[in-house]
Amino acid sequence: MIATLKFTTLLLAVVVCRATQDYGYKDVEEPTLGDSQYGSLWPLPQKVQMSTVAFKLSGVSFQIVDAKESSSGASCSLLQNAYRRYDEYIFPISRMQGQNKKKAFASDVSELQVWITSADSECDNYPSVTSDESYELSVDSPVAVLKAPKVWGALRGLETFSQLVYEDEYGAKSINRTEIQDFPRFTHRGLLLDSSRHFLPIKVILANLEAMAWNKFNVFHWHIVDDPSFPYMSRTFPQLSQQGAYHPYTHVYTPSDVKMIIEFARLRGIRVVSEFDTPGHTQSWGKGQKDLLTPCYSGASPSGSFGPVNPILNTTYDFMAMFFKEVSTVFPDAYIHLGGDEVDFSCWKSNPDIQKFMAQQGFGTDYSKLESFYIQRLLDIVTTTNKGYMIWQEVIDNGVKLKSNTVVHVWMGNKFEEELQKVTEAGFTTILSAPWYLDYISYGQDWQKYYKVEPLSFNGTDAQKKLVVGGEACLWGEYVDATNLTPRLWPRASAVGERLWSDKDVKDTNDAYSRLIQHRCRMVQRGIPAEPLFTGYCAHEYKGV
Amino acid sequence: MFATLKFAALLLAVVVCWATQDYDYNDAEIDEEPTLGDSPYGSLWPLPQKVQISTVVFKLSGASFHIFDAKASSSGASCRLLQNAYRRYDEYIFTSSRKQGQNKSKKALASDMSELQVWITSADSECDSYPSVTSDESYKLSVDSPVAVLKAPKVWGALRGLETFSQLVYKDEYGAKSINRTDIHDFPRFAHRGLLLDTSRHFLPIKVILANLEAMAWNKFNVFHWHIVDDPSFPYLSRTFPQLSQHGAYHPYTHVYTPSDVKMIIEFARLRGIRVVPEFDTPGHTQSWGKGQKDLLTPCYSGASPSGSFGPVNPMLNTTYDFMSMFFKEVNTVFPDAYVHLGGDEVDFSCWKSNPDIQKFMEQQGFGMDYSKLESFYIQRLLDIVTTTNKGYMIWQEVFDNGVKLKSDTVVHVWMGNKVEEELQKVTEAGFTTILSAPWYLDYISYGQDWQKFYRAEPLSFKGTDAQKKLVIGGEACLWGEYVDATNLTPRLWPRASAVGERLWSDRDVRDLNDAYSRLAKHRCRMVQRGIPAEPLFTGYCAHEYKGV
Repeated sequence: MIATLKFTTLLLAVVVCRATQDYGYKDVEEPTLGDSQYGSLWPLPQKVQMSTVAFKLSGVSFQIVDAKESSSGASCSLLQNAYRRYDEYIFPISRMQGQNKKKAFASDVSELQVWITSADSECDNYPSVTSDESYELSVDSPVAVLKAPKVWGALRGLETFSQLVYEDEYGAKSINRTEIQDFPRFTHRGLLLDSSRHFLPIKVILANLEAMAWNKFNVFHWHIVDDPSFPYMSRTFPQLSQQGAYHPYTHVYTPSDVKMIIEFARLRGIRVVSEFDTPGHTQSWGKGQKDLLTPCYSGASPSGSFGPVNPILNTTYDFMAMFFKEVSTVFPDAYIHLGGDEVDFSCWKSNPDIQKFMAQQGFGTDYSKLESFYIQRLLDIVTTTNKGYMIWQEVIDNGVKLKSNTVVHVWMGNKFEEELQKVTEAGFTTILSAPWYLDYISYGQDWQKYYKVEPLSFNGTDAQKKLVVGGEACLWGEYVDATNLTPRLWPRASAVGERLWSDKDVKDTNDAYSRLIQHRCRMVQRGIPAEPLFTGYCAHEYKGV
Repeated sequence: MFATLKFAALLLAVVVCWATQDYDYNDAEIDEEPTLGDSPYGSLWPLPQKVQISTVVFKLSGASFHIFDAKASSSGASCRLLQNAYRRYDEYIFTSSRKQGQNKSKKALASDMSELQVWITSADSECDSYPSVTSDESYKLSVDSPVAVLKAPKVWGALRGLETFSQLVYKDEYGAKSINRTDIHDFPRFAHRGLLLDTSRHFLPIKVILANLEAMAWNKFNVFHWHIVDDPSFPYLSRTFPQLSQHGAYHPYTHVYTPSDVKMIIEFARLRGIRVVPEFDTPGHTQSWGKGQKDLLTPCYSGASPSGSFGPVNPMLNTTYDFMSMFFKEVNTVFPDAYVHLGGDEVDFSCWKSNPDIQKFMEQQGFGMDYSKLESFYIQRLLDIVTTTNKGYMIWQEVFDNGVKLKSDTVVHVWMGNKVEEELQKVTEAGFTTILSAPWYLDYISYGQDWQKFYRAEPLSFKGTDAQKKLVIGGEACLWGEYVDATNLTPRLWPRASAVGERLWSDRDVRDLNDAYSRLAKHRCRMVQRGIPAEPLFTGYCAHEYKGV
């Protein structure tokens, strides 16, 4: 990476003052502030070469257009939508109307040509874990060119282009001559949101998908149901949300809502991986589906409370087969997250029918065998729907037999490096979340902690390391809802975004700090209440409350 | 206090689920979680001193219900403070269900509560005054059919009572606005119930300040402690010294508070019975002042020559005191409150020590090497200046700790986290009134339900005589600005500050966490419904979720 000189004045003026009050509390390590040679780029592209030569972008004449040679034309709604979006980001209010014919000046960048180079642009596809997100961006006068094999790379490149634009000292939109070659370090860059502990209005989900795109995330892991509520409206089993949601129609996701969220995400190159966690974390399922959960016993009689999914009844598996058949059609992604974490055995242990079943099956008193029995059958069911599956690490820890394309999700905070080593030794692909539980808040700049994590620091062969396909930032829902989710998530998740996209060697906290504060002000200007990293200001403060 | 029965169905349905996931995390210390059950006091927050709620339920008709002045009230239709409040509370009670244009026709039914009469009982309603530390905020509320009566000596009590009245209204199972027969006698435990916001570390747009003043009123706070300037920026536009914000603000006009802005904030606060106490902290925390005011700060030295950086206010120049007297003369006229907060905390002596002129001055004054004497010298003169403006002053505890001579009506602000009780004991022993903030630094966040920690704090747990305890006139929740701005301030503040609000308003014996949890969960949903993004306490939902992002 080479960058010959700094930007003159940044689009998003940010000043951070170092004067700090020490309240007699613990100290926070603070990075030094200085302008990054990479301006406000976030996450940092793989190869960046910037010159001091600056061009102007005229609000009257600048346009984003399909290159003539592009395999994708005006009929690609994904790209046309993206052009509109990025045009608005670049010219938030300064766009002049009705004078588009004006001639460009010699020092202008008058257009950005978007050139999809491979025969199949994938414009109408859903993104997948193998989607090609690479792109090359060449900014010159009079034309900037963005080349990408697929539309996915074009989306990433448009975001990068928009991040290169700044205002010069007279407020003119400017961009330096720049060459960028870029591709993600990891293919799975996810964010988990939990819509069960608190219902998240559609608007909140969409806003955060938007912010994900700005941070080059490509997986929305939708932890859609859990113990507290079941907001997913199932066409096959409508009683699940009817009885299990916080409210049967104000706090549910209808099939139309889900469709809209998936399409909104697709247009931004984001996969929607749904999680339907079983056999634990299913209290809300039991409200609408009789006999699905295990009745707990208190002595010789049922206590009235329920435990995990009942693994000894055939009706359970009939239900699951129908349910996951529906899920597999509603969610187009090739993967479903099946959960499998934190199964509490106490209820199973209390139930005499379960005890009998354990004896019949020869499981002794090892209830993890019963758990495996259930999961095994569930995986077989899901396999028939032609979906791959992701599971939380306990499933493999308990020795359940898994398909070779299973993705193991490592989340436990202790010894995650050992776990990565074990999982990849067993030949499974894996994603990492353990260091990125963003629901755990603390005073100070905790983004640095997330930023410093290195997913491949475990001991293992190159082949093993290749099995780590990425990671996910998780924002569990106990303490967040529409009121506070967005500012709590951004820009803290941005730290994870750069770790998963940029080169392993991009780890200078000072440089990151400088870029990130500008990036956060950009998010604020685009309408997302991304919270501040530290004392300072944005030229355009958040307009909401 | 007693309440004979529960509300039937609450206006703000809240369900909190107890199923909790243990993520096997190492350190995160989660507070013990309170058990959920409906409180006999519904969604009242902070809990009034005496509440008697009956099972008899009346309806409020959107077509006919009105709030208006009782005939006997000393305050009439010309009191815009009250008229504004009636409008506000009418909107809160009938969020969207108010029917238009039929006010005269429909007759009220027998079981209706058709009006709330507001009766200011003392001859001077104080309608056009500013609230003060001695303002009477007491009120009596009697809810009956067909008329509810809110009696208060002054408008301040009426404001508090209107809030309480609005908290008593709920929706029955058919969605009808309902209220139980209720008798309430209420008054604050502490006279000073404040909230500190810091507009220097991050500039807070007017809109954010106003929204939080609104939320303060819902929580019966009555002091907005405006930490308006500090090291990072000087957003206060001074008419006398406009260069201070011109050079010291983050931006000379987008990130400043003009005199009109300040006026508006003060009036907005007054209409809600909230005092605005500005803080102009000196001699430390003044880096931003130096940008627009030459020679105000002490030049630091590196060896024999100035290093180019600056320290606290320069205490040895007469120009400093000339400046301060002109500046505080202006502040005195701009801010009507009887008090100004003069700061005085965390003075760093290293720059003073490095400066040869200061060293010489120390010698002349016979201060030896004790720089706290120099600090006292400065503060003493500053206090004399402010005294001439007829203001009382508040100061951070260091000023008292360092032995500066203080006027007897000085309010000492206790903020240091260690040895809080000893400090309160010492300050009150010396006969000073004091307010407490040490347990309520809301900028310090942690995982879990930290509102409980704030709630459990008891300001009078220190050793001292009754006379000493009376000197503790209240406290303030502080949200310092390092990590908050318009994007996250409001949800981070509410409902965490609500815990402090109840501690300062309600009786000392109101400390049942389970009961508080039940009321607070509903109170936070009410704040959300009124448009403030108050964050959740735990897993659960509000019938009306926040509409923003």
